[in-house]
Amino acid sequence: MQDYGYLSVFYERMPDLLGKLSEHIFLSGISVLLGCLVAIPLGVLLIKTHIRWMKSLTFNITNIFQTIPSIALLAMIATVLGFGTETAVMALFLYSLMPILKNTYAGFDSIDPQIIQSAEGMGYSPMQRLVQIEIPLALPYIMSGIRLTTVYIVSWAVLAGLIGGGGLGELILAALSLNDKPLIIASSVMAMILALVADFILGKLEKAFTKSSNTEAQKI
Amino acid sequence: MIVLKDITKKYDNGFEALKNISLHCNEGEITALIGPSGCGKTTLMKLINRLNNPTSGSVFIKGKDISEIDPVELRRSIGYVIQQIGLFPHMNIAKNVGTVPKLLKWDKERIGKRVDELLNLVSLDPETYRNRLPSELSGGQQQRVGVIRALAADPSVILMDEPFSALDPISREQLQEELVRLQREIKKTIVFVTHDMDEALKIADKIVLMKSGEIVQHGTPEEILRHPANEFVEDFIGQKRLKRYQGIPPVSQVMVERPITVTPNRGLAESMRIMEDKKVDSIIVVDEKNHLLGYVTVFDIVKAYQNEDTKIKDIMHSFNTTVNPDTPLTEAIQLMNKLQVPYLPVLNEKGLLEGLLTRGSIVGYVGSEYHSIKEGVV
Ligand SMILES: Nc1ncnc2c1ncn2[C@@H]1O[C@H](COP(=O)(O)OP(=O)(O)OP(=O)(O)O)[C@@H](O)[C@H]1O
Ligand SMILES: [Mg+2]
Repeated sequence: MQDYGYLSVFYERMPDLLGKLSEHIFLSGISVLLGCLVAIPLGVLLIKTHIRWMKSLTFNITNIFQTIPSIALLAMIATVLGFGTETAVMALFLYSLMPILKNTYAGFDSIDPQIIQSAEGMGYSPMQRLVQIEIPLALPYIMSGIRLTTVYIVSWAVLAGLIGGGGLGELILAALSLNDKPLIIASSVMAMILALVADFILGKLEKAFTKSSNTEAQKI
Repeated sequence: MIVLKDITKKYDNGFEALKNISLHCNEGEITALIGPSGCGKTTLMKLINRLNNPTSGSVFIKGKDISEIDPVELRRSIGYVIQQIGLFPHMNIAKNVGTVPKLLKWDKERIGKRVDELLNLVSLDPETYRNRLPSELSGGQQQRVGVIRALAADPSVILMDEPFSALDPISREQLQEELVRLQREIKKTIVFVTHDMDEALKIADKIVLMKSGEIVQHGTPEEILRHPANEFVEDFIGQKRLKRYQGIPPVSQVMVERPITVTPNRGLAESMRIMEDKKVDSIIVVDEKNHLLGYVTVFDIVKAYQNEDTKIKDIMHSFNTTVNPDTPLTEAIQLMNKLQVPYLPVLNEKGLLEGLLTRGSIVGYVGSEYHSIKEGVV
């Protein structure tokens, strides 16, 4: 009977769970999206620049965000932006920068210089080379960076509850204070499943992308 | 066609890779750049499509200073085969080959047709290979694709940087032969980097020997083999090869120097008498100035003998093949075997008959050589 009780919470609190779940998806999604928008172009810029100190400076800064304990980072940002969703998104965004940047950089770095030289020698303009040769070749790396980042941003996002950022974390905290064990477990399981589903979908996407850069080529 | 004038190239780190280079590559010829690793072959080649810019001096293509041409435009007009093939791994073979035409905005249909044509040219079946990725081809097939990719937009100048270096000796030889065959059809101006002397001798019209950023010698394979400029060149050619080439006499040393000839207006009976006299079964026809016109055999004369008005010029045949006095004997013998002819006329550069290489003269030469060798031993 008690086992059954643990399951019934899904039924009884479904509206809450779904509401918080969608908040959670939004939080993680927007953070990763922002992370991509900043980190991918930054990665391209870094690979193109010949200025050494710019590379090391950027990597060091993004690395620092990575090493600040998450709660401390949240607290620090909260002192500036106050409590709420913005703070949570800001923190998660900062966390996502490093892994996406690193993978983007590695993706471009992995391209055989001979191939770049060959493209240059055949008369690709720098922009054509970037779009038609370099990005397609770096794409598998970039995609796997996005996937890994998303998975662990989904779990970091639970902490957003601490600063009133919404998401499943809020539900877990509430349940903790009420000692509502079934709800604690139910919302944690939701977060876990979300991470797994995100991993699965992005994994599929990653494969599709690697393939499409081939099949797309086969259309001629 | 391609002219390099007083070129020096200093890299950013201060290394002087090319010193005072002047070079002329003729239209429709293969010029092979050869020299030890690091002597500046690639550096020199990249000056021609502006992947490198000279520190001083200028490069002209068809009389135009290329520093005034937009590098992207310039490169699209020059075929380029990079040292390690450099096929784009994410594009299939058709796309790889069609790269430059696409950059030049040809329409799809035209690109597709051109791609098939080129694949056929190097015996890769378009149906089978068009949609494969480079990784699904053997090394030799990839090199072929690398070469035809450079031909795609039909550029008049092609740069090839050790295009066959990564191959096993057999496929390499095959591709060299294919290139020579191809070049006979397409007549491009090709600059070909190699560090393999045999390869250079096989494919090049002109060979440029380089050493630490300078040109040591520039000439035809024949000139370089016969007159190596210095010890470096001799070492680079190798004693074995020198012996092999220099030990072989030119045709002029072996030929019959005063072959039996007639002029075209002679009558048949008269000609017959000369042949009888000299005990030959055919006779060479030349004009008064000794220009080669053709030949007549004793059978031709017998056949036409009844008609008294017939002249030699009415029954003579012309020659399809002649050799010049500098042709190595081995080459001439191979030619005779291939064509199944008993003799070859030897013409100098003015087209005048110098002599006749006959089977008898070859036997005579070999016999005398054999004799002298034996005497040497005793
Ligand atoms: N970007 C560069 N910066 C500095 N030095 C360079 C650069 N590229 C080449 N060099 C130097 O210039 C010299 C000539 O190089 P290059 O690549 O032209 O040689 P190569 O004759 O093509 O040799 P290989 O047969 O090994 O390909 C070498 O000593 C090389 O180290
Ligand atoms: Mg080289």
